[in-house]
Amino acid sequence: MPTGFTGLLTVTVFLPTVAALLLAVGLVRGDRNIRWFAAAVAVADLLLSVVVFVLFQPGGERFQLIDRLDWINTETVHASYLLGVDGISAPLVMLTGLLGLCAVFVSFHISHRVREYFIWLFVLQTAVMGVFTALDFLLFFLFWEIELVPMYLLISTWGTGRREYSAMKFLMFTILGSAFMLVAIVAVFVSAGVGSFDMTRLLEPGGALDASRAALPMGALFWLFFVAFAVKLPTWPVHTWLPDAHTDAPTAGSVMLAGVMLKMGGYGLLRINAGMFPEQLQAFALPIVALGVISVLYGAVVTLRQTDLKRLIAYSSVSHMGLVLLGLGSVAAVGGALTDAGLTGAAMQLFTHGTITGLLFVAVGVMYEKTHTRYIPDLGGLANRMPLVSGAFLIAGAASLGLPLLSGFVSELLVFFGGFRAFPILTILAVLGIILAAGYILWMLQRTLFGLRPARWDELTDAGPVELVPIALLVISIVAVGVYPAWLTDVFRDGLEPIVSGYNTGLAGIAR
Amino acid sequence: MTAYDLYLVSPYLALAALAMLVIVADLVTRRTGLLVAISFVGLAAPAALSAWQLADLTSSGASQLSAEGSVILYTLSIDRFALFFNFLILAAVGLVVLASNDYVRRMQRLQGEYFGLMLLSATGMMLLAATNELISIYIALELTTLPLAALAAFLPNARSSEAGMKFLIVGAISSAVMLYGMALIYGFTGSTRLDEIAIALATSSQSGALPFGSMAVLLAVVLLLAGFGFKMSAAPFQMWVPDVYEGAPTPVVAFLSVASKAAAFALVLRVFYIGFDALGGDWWVLLAGLAALSMTIGNLVAIAQRNIKRMFGYSTIAHAGYILVGVAAVATVDDESLTFGPSSVLFYLAAYAAANLTAFFAIVCIGNRINSDEIEDYAGMLRRAPFLAIALALALIALIGVPPTSIFMAKIYIFAAAINTGESLMTWLVIIGVVNSVVSAYYYLRVIKVMFLQPAIHTERLGGSWPVNVALGVAALCMIWLGVAPATILGAAEQAAVVLLAGG
Repeated sequence: MPTGFTGLLTVTVFLPTVAALLLAVGLVRGDRNIRWFAAAVAVADLLLSVVVFVLFQPGGERFQLIDRLDWINTETVHASYLLGVDGISAPLVMLTGLLGLCAVFVSFHISHRVREYFIWLFVLQTAVMGVFTALDFLLFFLFWEIELVPMYLLISTWGTGRREYSAMKFLMFTILGSAFMLVAIVAVFVSAGVGSFDMTRLLEPGGALDASRAALPMGALFWLFFVAFAVKLPTWPVHTWLPDAHTDAPTAGSVMLAGVMLKMGGYGLLRINAGMFPEQLQAFALPIVALGVISVLYGAVVTLRQTDLKRLIAYSSVSHMGLVLLGLGSVAAVGGALTDAGLTGAAMQLFTHGTITGLLFVAVGVMYEKTHTRYIPDLGGLANRMPLVSGAFLIAGAASLGLPLLSGFVSELLVFFGGFRAFPILTILAVLGIILAAGYILWMLQRTLFGLRPARWDELTDAGPVELVPIALLVISIVAVGVYPAWLTDVFRDGLEPIVSGYNTGLAGIAR
Repeated sequence: MTAYDLYLVSPYLALAALAMLVIVADLVTRRTGLLVAISFVGLAAPAALSAWQLADLTSSGASQLSAEGSVILYTLSIDRFALFFNFLILAAVGLVVLASNDYVRRMQRLQGEYFGLMLLSATGMMLLAATNELISIYIALELTTLPLAALAAFLPNARSSEAGMKFLIVGAISSAVMLYGMALIYGFTGSTRLDEIAIALATSSQSGALPFGSMAVLLAVVLLLAGFGFKMSAAPFQMWVPDVYEGAPTPVVAFLSVASKAAAFALVLRVFYIGFDALGGDWWVLLAGLAALSMTIGNLVAIAQRNIKRMFGYSTIAHAGYILVGVAAVATVDDESLTFGPSSVLFYLAAYAAANLTAFFAIVCIGNRINSDEIEDYAGMLRRAPFLAIALALALIALIGVPPTSIFMAKIYIFAAAINTGESLMTWLVIIGVVNSVVSAYYYLRVIKVMFLQPAIHTERLGGSWPVNVALGVAALCMIWLGVAPATILGAAEQAAVVLLAGG
């Protein structure tokens, strides 16, 4: 049982909340000051999250940088304030820091209720980071739920279009999913021999739940968790909140939503469904992969028909997140034959999709701010007017369709390697989705960046220095992962190794 | 009657004396502030006496205070369970007294009576949590209900009179039904004491084929449950709730929804867990049914409400349902040490009190100034009264069960108790419960949406006097405190519930 108190993760997770509190009590006044204060906090938190990633040592203890305090300790309830990272969560913490910074920098043009806006953005960042680092079920669920309120308010107050409808839809879908997760968490807690909310105990050798001790059937627990994470991922058929929420959210909201909040679903699948229910994951691999492949294909086909840039990217996210399920299902290939390719690919897909989609939304946000339209037929020929933004859009698009040397290629290739061994036909179908992706991405780029430029876009200007910061950071991360993926895959593989070796040693114990 | 008996009942006597004192003080002074101050500060006496009794209990290590020759023991049980509710009810009534400050100033007369009746009702509630005998249960219940009926009718308008009348009549009917049940129990077991009833029921010759062993007991339990159902505001005995909530003075509604509910559940826990301990395997199904019905009816009908007090009326029905899940979480196997249904109920009641008082104090302040309880009139409240709007929003979030608030912890705890029983029916009840929480998110959030997103029609700033703000602040802090660091109250609830499980 990991113990100790390093403090680094606590600071990283709660720095944005402290900043939000300082804003709330009115320590920083004036819109301009608030923006730069927010930027400084975001930079600091990115640096902290990079430090977390760098300090995490693959091959060392499974969970590192532990912060543990007793939280609730009564006769019946034992919960602790327990933060820690392993190979799965360390990169995602860094991703959250990165996209948190992007979200702040693309929000400089916000002029409506600026103080509240950054308060909610910071609360959101704490919640997401908390989800990735919490190793106690109660704490995990707490962070998971806290994220709802700021996102609801961000969409409904600073969004566009049918924002109140979209915000409510987002909230109802997510809260329904988490209601099921609550049942599962409570059931795990009361299962014989558990008696605490400590996640690490369930991940320890011999600590795994089995049917004889579980308060509910293991399959039921698995699916209760799965539903919550599938809504968040999102997978077909519970994806319908995503296009609305994305389209109507402010740019920063879309960046956070696509960049990190969908990853909470993927993270949950890896940490809980794969980590704690390996047998069930194997047993239910086929339906899960089928859902994934349907998401890939359905998402891609629907994407082709979109004329709103943000909606288009939103549906492409449904398609790309389907690959996470395919990677997850790759564990069905067993008998000493399971490689870590599929699971690593799923984890990599979380990271790369976060940066790629983040960049797409940043670029669209800048274009929308200049042109006030996201309607694709209205756009065209923006490349000579906005070369930098267009370049970024082009790189993100290319990465999204899986061009080698950019990050998307790495994760997709790994997923297909893993998936093919378990489900060759379904995997081939999923590859079709990638071909469709090439179609919708290139078509989108062609219609917005190239071709004839309507005369009214003649006076457009390129992105300013503030917007270039997130663009540059995201481009660097996409290229860095694409050219030399090992710095990231090694960390993910280290985190997934206990799961993979568990399968290969006959599930005797999911342990290092 | 010994001196020790006087010591045992001293908190109740002190509170009743305080009620008289306030009414007398009203004859002497016309200053509202003084009445509020007397009522609030005077609560220190029963609180101190309860604390003394708690210290006594702790030092003696006994489960209940007793001495040679004491006669009160047969009607009142001064144990940790009773003391838990003493503190809960005293805290609630104290905060409601503070929050009534602005409201009472608008009344022309009868200000002393207002506080006096409230304190008398609180006395009844405290007694209700301590009684272990059917006749004193009945007396305590009437002492609770009659002042509340008068309070509900306190405003000189038709709605308030209707509320008072409804509360009185429905209360009388439910008491009558309950008395039938009590009479049947007495006839069957030959005793009115819960502990003797328990022994009689456990040893009586029963036909194993029938639920509850005999039709007489079944009928008695159902009648009792119907009577208690009115007090708990559980469906299908809920029809008085929305009308009374809408018409009665808002601080009274706050008191009613929190303290009265707590006392009713204290009663149900004691009667069912101690008196009907032997029949636990039978009545939990009944309670589970009531729970499912209350949650579903409360939440579904609340969606359609436009008046915020009516909406809270239905919300309180729904929460009665969640709490009943905990009451129904009985050990169906022999190992009672695994049962934490009762402690989860106690914790939920405290958590609900904090959240609901916060919400109602904000509604008191806002309603006092805008003279409306329509949800649409709350538009732009974030601009007009940021403190009130944020407090109300937090309370609404708490009532959904979203962290980091008290009811989130309480819900986890109550659902854990339910799943822990190992009954698949209880697992389904939990599923119904969480789905209902999702439904409730819709109507609670609608109020937040109106306050935060819609533009204000008027721009006048709103606020209450400092006593109201203090009450609101304390309730809100408790609500967050119970959500972030619940261990203290959770531990107290667990210790209090031991009486129910080991006793019998």
